[in-house]
Amino acid sequence: MTTTASDGRTVGQPALSAAKGSDRTASVSPTVRQSDSPTPVVESRAYNFWYGANHALHDVTIAIPPHAITALIGPSGCGKTTFLRSINRMHDLTPGARRTGDILLDGGSIFAPGMDVVALRRRIGMVFQRPNPFPKSVYDNVAYGPRLNAMAAPREFPDRVERALRQAALWDEVSSRLREPGTALSGGQQQRLCIARALANEPEVLLLDEPCSALDPIATQRIEELLVELKKTYTIVIVTHNMQQAARVSDYTGFFYVGQLVEFGETEQVFTRPIDERTEAYITGRFG
Amino acid sequence: MTSLPVERLARPQSLHATDRSDRIYRRVLTGFALGLPLLILIILGVLFTGALPALKRFGPTFLWTSTWDPVAEIYGAAPMIFGTLASSVLALLIAVPLALSVAIFLTEFSPGWLRQPVAFLVELLAAIPSVVYGTWGIFVLIPFLRAHVVPPLKAVLGWTPFLQGVFYGNSLLAGGVILAIMIVPYIAAVSREVLLAVPASQREAALAMGATRWEAVRSAVLPYGRAGLIGAVILGLGRALGETMAVTMLIGNRHDIGVSLLQPAYTMAAAIANEFSEATTNLYQSALFEVGLILFVLTVAVNAIARVLIWRVARGQAVGSRAL
Repeated sequence: MTTTASDGRTVGQPALSAAKGSDRTASVSPTVRQSDSPTPVVESRAYNFWYGANHALHDVTIAIPPHAITALIGPSGCGKTTFLRSINRMHDLTPGARRTGDILLDGGSIFAPGMDVVALRRRIGMVFQRPNPFPKSVYDNVAYGPRLNAMAAPREFPDRVERALRQAALWDEVSSRLREPGTALSGGQQQRLCIARALANEPEVLLLDEPCSALDPIATQRIEELLVELKKTYTIVIVTHNMQQAARVSDYTGFFYVGQLVEFGETEQVFTRPIDERTEAYITGRFG
Repeated sequence: MTSLPVERLARPQSLHATDRSDRIYRRVLTGFALGLPLLILIILGVLFTGALPALKRFGPTFLWTSTWDPVAEIYGAAPMIFGTLASSVLALLIAVPLALSVAIFLTEFSPGWLRQPVAFLVELLAAIPSVVYGTWGIFVLIPFLRAHVVPPLKAVLGWTPFLQGVFYGNSLLAGGVILAIMIVPYIAAVSREVLLAVPASQREAALAMGATRWEAVRSAVLPYGRAGLIGAVILGLGRALGETMAVTMLIGNRHDIGVSLLQPAYTMAAAIANEFSEATTNLYQSALFEVGLILFVLTVAVNAIARVLIWRVARGQAVGSRAL
């Protein structure tokens, strides 16, 4: 069940051919050709990133469409997580990290001098590879963001917590256990708790870094169904090792390889008619 | 697929020898390893038998009576127990904020190049001999307290019972402050390791929710490490309770219960150190043994609680083991 651009949106021909490092302008042009697509929420322009001397991302240019699931796939160490963590500036504290190029959120640079990184992260929620609930109650986990950011009057917190837990399809399972520690839930429930925690901040974008890698197939399926539900409200970017997962849930797929965005396009196109031979080699399982 | 007896019989002698030396080696190590826990039991036994005459004579009243009269052979340890607890609590009140600040700074905020030097110097404080602290206390700390700390304290809080009387130098305050300085390195070192053991994912979770770095520390890192941090504090308490030399030199050694920090006091450790050489009668000696027994039980219990709490933070990993 490959999901295509469901609500009738078309996305030009977002075929990003690999520049192979020889021609830099070639890697920028696909964004231009995407101009008839819906205004991207997150957009990166010739984004380069270094960990010390290690050049981890090369000229990544991508426009992530709103209210859709964009999957970033690729073999280990290819830069997909590095790119994902760049979007909410989680690299700010990484020693030796450097970058060039830009990433835009709603048209504004996230690296602009006046950008408040705290406010930015409030708008861009993140879910990590391993469930990392706080050692607090289920309720306090979800209420963490609203409390921290003083987003509402305290009397509204219970409603917000319930809403976030319902959105994360967890309410029915935990409504009677809100006072129990979040760490006592099962792995899949913990991950949905982390999603609920992120949603309670009412972000615009939700970043997920291999959210199912620590989960069993049934828990994975629940998260996938949840993501398809959530894309109506949120823009979702998911990093995944699992190509079937990308094919199942995403509308757009970006293939990263050795720090480059080799190909980006509608998921169906990337998986059935990949333009770059490396993409084809990867999705057919010849490497990675 | 059968075994190869030829191969096995080829060098039976050497195999046998290895086996025997291994067994001896293991037995020796086992003996040493069990010897240390055994030593604790022996110490407990010696203290108990030594304290037996006093235990029989005074019973539990030893704990809450205040007379300490070697001439009349009447002994009550309440002032020492009070002084021990009071000086330790005072030390904790001063040392805990300081040590936690150091640990949080070093793990969360310090620039990388500063981390190791500061951690090293703080831990070096623990290497200074107690008697040096005592001497420094007499010649530096007490004059400093008299000139710069006690006057403003009296000006602001002079009406409270805690600051009554004249400050002559040797006092609960001086003893508590020197103890605080001495336990800061322990609390800081263990707290630092506890904070280092807090998974990065907890910090990241908080940061990704829009927490500032300080908010992440306060709302995610500290709560996660809470048990271990409490353990670090209790470990410091254990140190403070048993510390002898520096406190003996500064606390004034007066056998009396008084709430004023400016007045001299006494601790159990100081009493044992001061009086054992002059304890001429059996009962006097036995009373000191009983003081030692109380101190032993108190510090062992406090340390046991501390270690359990510290180990609980990172199950399996011996967090803080380096500093313990």
